[in-house]
Amino acid sequence: MAPSRDYDEDENIDFSDLVEQFEVRLDEGLDKFVVVDGCPIVTDEQKPKLIKVLCKRLGEAGRINVDGIFMPVDDATGKTSGYCFLEYDTPEQALAACKRLNGLPLDKKHTLWINKLTDIEQYGREGRIQEEFVPPPEKQFEEQEHLRSWLSDPQARDQFAMYRGDHVGVFWNKKKDAPEPAVDREHWTESFIQWSPQGTFLTSIHAQGVQLWGGPSWKRIRRFAHPAVNLVDFSPNEGYLVTWSHRPIQIPEILPPNFPLSADEDGKNFIIWDVKTGKVVRSFASIDEPETPGPEKGRKKIQWPSFKWSSDDKYVARCVPGQAIQVYETPSMTLLGKKSIKIEGVVDFEWQPAIPTTGKGKPQTEQLFAYWTPEMNNQTARAGLMSIPSKEIVRTRNLVNVSDCKLHWQNGGKYLCVKVDRHTKTKKSNYTSLEFFRVTEKDIPVEIVELKQVVVNFAWEPKGDRFVFITIDEAIAGAAVAPKTNIHFYAPEKTKSGAIGEFSCVKIVEKKNHNAIYWSPRGRIVVVATVHSQQSFDLDFYDFDFEGEKQKQEHAAPGKELAANLLLMATGEHYGVTDVEWDPTGRYVATSASAWKQQSENGYHLFDFKGAVLREEPIDRFKQFLWRPRPPSLLSKEEMKKIRKNLREYSKVFDEEDELEATMANKEVVEYRMRLLTEWRNWRERVTEELMIDREAYGWKPPVEEEPIEDGEVVEEIVEEVIMETEEEVE
Amino acid sequence: MRPILLQGHERSLTQIKYNRDGDLIFSTAKDQIVSVWYSANGERLGTYSGHQGALWTVDVNPTTTLLATGAADNTIKIWDVQTGRCLKTWDFPTAVKRVEFSEDGTLLLAVTEMRMGYLGTVVVFPIVNDVNAPQADTPVLRITFEQSKGTVAAWSALNKHIVVGHEDGSVSLYDSKTGEQLANEQIHEPDMLITDIQMAPDRTYFVTASKDKSAKLVETSTLKVLKTYATDTPLNSAAITAKKDFVILGGGQEARDVTTTSAREGRFEARFFHKIFEDEIGRVRGHFGPLNTVACHPQGTGYASGGEDGYVRVHHFDQPYFDFMYEVEKMTRNQQIV
Repeated sequence: MAPSRDYDEDENIDFSDLVEQFEVRLDEGLDKFVVVDGCPIVTDEQKPKLIKVLCKRLGEAGRINVDGIFMPVDDATGKTSGYCFLEYDTPEQALAACKRLNGLPLDKKHTLWINKLTDIEQYGREGRIQEEFVPPPEKQFEEQEHLRSWLSDPQARDQFAMYRGDHVGVFWNKKKDAPEPAVDREHWTESFIQWSPQGTFLTSIHAQGVQLWGGPSWKRIRRFAHPAVNLVDFSPNEGYLVTWSHRPIQIPEILPPNFPLSADEDGKNFIIWDVKTGKVVRSFASIDEPETPGPEKGRKKIQWPSFKWSSDDKYVARCVPGQAIQVYETPSMTLLGKKSIKIEGVVDFEWQPAIPTTGKGKPQTEQLFAYWTPEMNNQTARAGLMSIPSKEIVRTRNLVNVSDCKLHWQNGGKYLCVKVDRHTKTKKSNYTSLEFFRVTEKDIPVEIVELKQVVVNFAWEPKGDRFVFITIDEAIAGAAVAPKTNIHFYAPEKTKSGAIGEFSCVKIVEKKNHNAIYWSPRGRIVVVATVHSQQSFDLDFYDFDFEGEKQKQEHAAPGKELAANLLLMATGEHYGVTDVEWDPTGRYVATSASAWKQQSENGYHLFDFKGAVLREEPIDRFKQFLWRPRPPSLLSKEEMKKIRKNLREYSKVFDEEDELEATMANKEVVEYRMRLLTEWRNWRERVTEELMIDREAYGWKPPVEEEPIEDGEVVEEIVEEVIMETEEEVE
Repeated sequence: MRPILLQGHERSLTQIKYNRDGDLIFSTAKDQIVSVWYSANGERLGTYSGHQGALWTVDVNPTTTLLATGAADNTIKIWDVQTGRCLKTWDFPTAVKRVEFSEDGTLLLAVTEMRMGYLGTVVVFPIVNDVNAPQADTPVLRITFEQSKGTVAAWSALNKHIVVGHEDGSVSLYDSKTGEQLANEQIHEPDMLITDIQMAPDRTYFVTASKDKSAKLVETSTLKVLKTYATDTPLNSAAITAKKDFVILGGGQEARDVTTTSAREGRFEARFFHKIFEDEIGRVRGHFGPLNTVACHPQGTGYASGGEDGYVRVHHFDQPYFDFMYEVEKMTRNQQIV
């Protein structure tokens, strides 16, 4: 028998906590009641009117028992106390009212707060609330890690993140040598990784939500619980984060403790978060788009990012296709002017990525976005620019025969290129025209470059006035090979006044397979590449400002000179390349073959900006290569100029450092090899000796010593060759 | 280094062996023929015919008098090297994947396949080094693999141990008298077949090749991994060079995968690694199928490779090969002279 002990029945065990926890809550009939707080304080005469208003507003959630409304009146003042009790028909309706109508603005001054009566009972019961206010203990200030510490690397090296197999690591770029790991963790993310736009945070994606990591110790900075999250996007200044899941969020009726989301998020797909606090700013449901017919049926395509941010994080907007653009103001996240901007037919819009600082027109003070609408109801298609917050349309342009448009802003916000894909009247053939809006000039003039072919890719020089685009030859029906592409290089004409002249073609490279354009973030150098292709995988490095011999500009108008001296510097190749990315300083180009897109020979190559291969590293199950972005420079224009002027001196220092490192590394290698060699020789000596002893013990003779064959053995080879065979008939 | 192309086989090569003097090369292929060639000029001396199935393995005894071959017709045959006469045939229930004479030529080990309900085994036969003497009918030792089957095996020095490479990527050490397993080490990735084991000249260490794309140098007595050579392709064979401190690795994308992936080169190259520093030094191209077997000349003057493409390529090293030396090797050589 197990040892037992007689318990004293009278022993005072305090199990009130258990009683409370497991107490069966009887239906008190009070579940139908809610408490409405924040009502206006009115006199007895005004009371019926208020009750009527309340019934109307709160009747949304269910039927209110009008007789059951109790609004106490303070005897001393003769006025109501600013709250009342309501009874709904069913407890479900009462619950719905709490979920949906809590925080309802009644008018400018009053917001209604609705709680279940039983909740007030449960949480506000005596003893639960301390009568006296006790200030929460002030937390000791904790020094946080510097989130931008990587920028203070003495050698100004850049970092990059790699996701391969199940490992995510951040590495320092060491050019030719193996990258130096800053951190490397297994199962850091469940689907992919992403840097924040200024490089402060590394984002990992999990079934439960999104996490941000950073600082020198790579600790978790923030977590955002969004179940089944699919995609994330940051605002340009990292102030906000947008998460999206294809599954609408389901909030359980009874919230578990510490549940990060509130009833507001029920049924929503998007959540906008404040990165600094980690709190939900607002959530949105997806806009139901008509399903696309054809093979994609049933699978809705999401346009990402769905919520687009103005360059100053001040506005965030999304497009309701065909109807309107909804512009929300931060931090309140309310619709600008409480209304969405109706633009009939609108397909897409794009914020100006920055407000240009130079220009002859009057300085721009508001944010701009570009949008376009297709042909409809006897109206031509149209591209326009709208200024926010004034909602003024500053420029529109009518377009005809439009099949599709793409909006390409130059990243300084100076130009907008609308790539208009058009069809002939018979709709038999397609072509493209490029419409350039010069935003900084007076009245925003538009310049047109018309082409006979379809443009498949377009890219502005970052912060520059030049661009590259790719046109595609018409596909030959039934041909097995993909149609060839042509690369067009454009630059403005030089003018005497120094203003930006008309855009003109610098060069056309024909009959290529290239399909992607990657400009250096510093401009000048552009890589044109063939990605996602089984047959070709070449990369061409072009320099727009070659400093040597002047190249011929055969396409320039007579007597005009273009602001470019284009030269093909180098060609490289990377089998199966799927992604090309410049480092944020424009010094290196990383090309990667991701296992997500193709299976063989995954890994990355590193090129310098001149197109010379620095490093090739094949890695199994390689998925992502992402350079860590850098925030904008803190140096003023003058300081930059000064550095550029004294560049030679700086580079001397860096060259010396490089050299020193190389010799150091060399020395290390030599020492390492020396050690290996000595170890090996010692081991051999020991083993040979042991073997000799063993041999004697076994009574084996030493093996037949291989007589050293000096000068090699002479092998005599007799070759008989029949030179001629004749047959003669002898009589 | 101009290779000599031996075009005597009609199907893929399975094993190549130099004899002790290095003047002859024996090769087996899936076309049921054993060939013998002069290593100096690639002239074929003759063939040994009699097997009824694809040949998997060949070995020649130290005195170049007896030749052992194992085949998919479930037999091992012993041949008179000089005359091509078959001296003995041992029958098995399954195919024979590997044969090897011991250092002194008195014993022969063979690895048999696991198939049709039979477990994989290693058997050891005593050998009489006389072409006219009768050979024993039954093995002196039989090791049966209850767990992972053996794929390759080799003798240690003094016939003390047998080293077996397994299908699961492990290597084990057996006592050659008792058949007792002394050690088992998972030296390659789990479930990555070990495709080859070749002993160093004094048999105190050996090199393994595996489908896990790496080769390892292992100490025989302890099964401790001394060196690792990592490549980007599954390996079929590895050999240690004499005279220079290199290893030669052969492999390539498996033939059956070539068509399913890109048409680009399947990395059908022999790769030279520095034995001590683990660096890749160079590659030799030429085959247009994976390399199934590589063998080194016992005096270190050349090597031969046999491919899935059915060719044997015999290479004689040029002077620059012998002159090549790492800085540290030169330094220590000078020290030794002083």
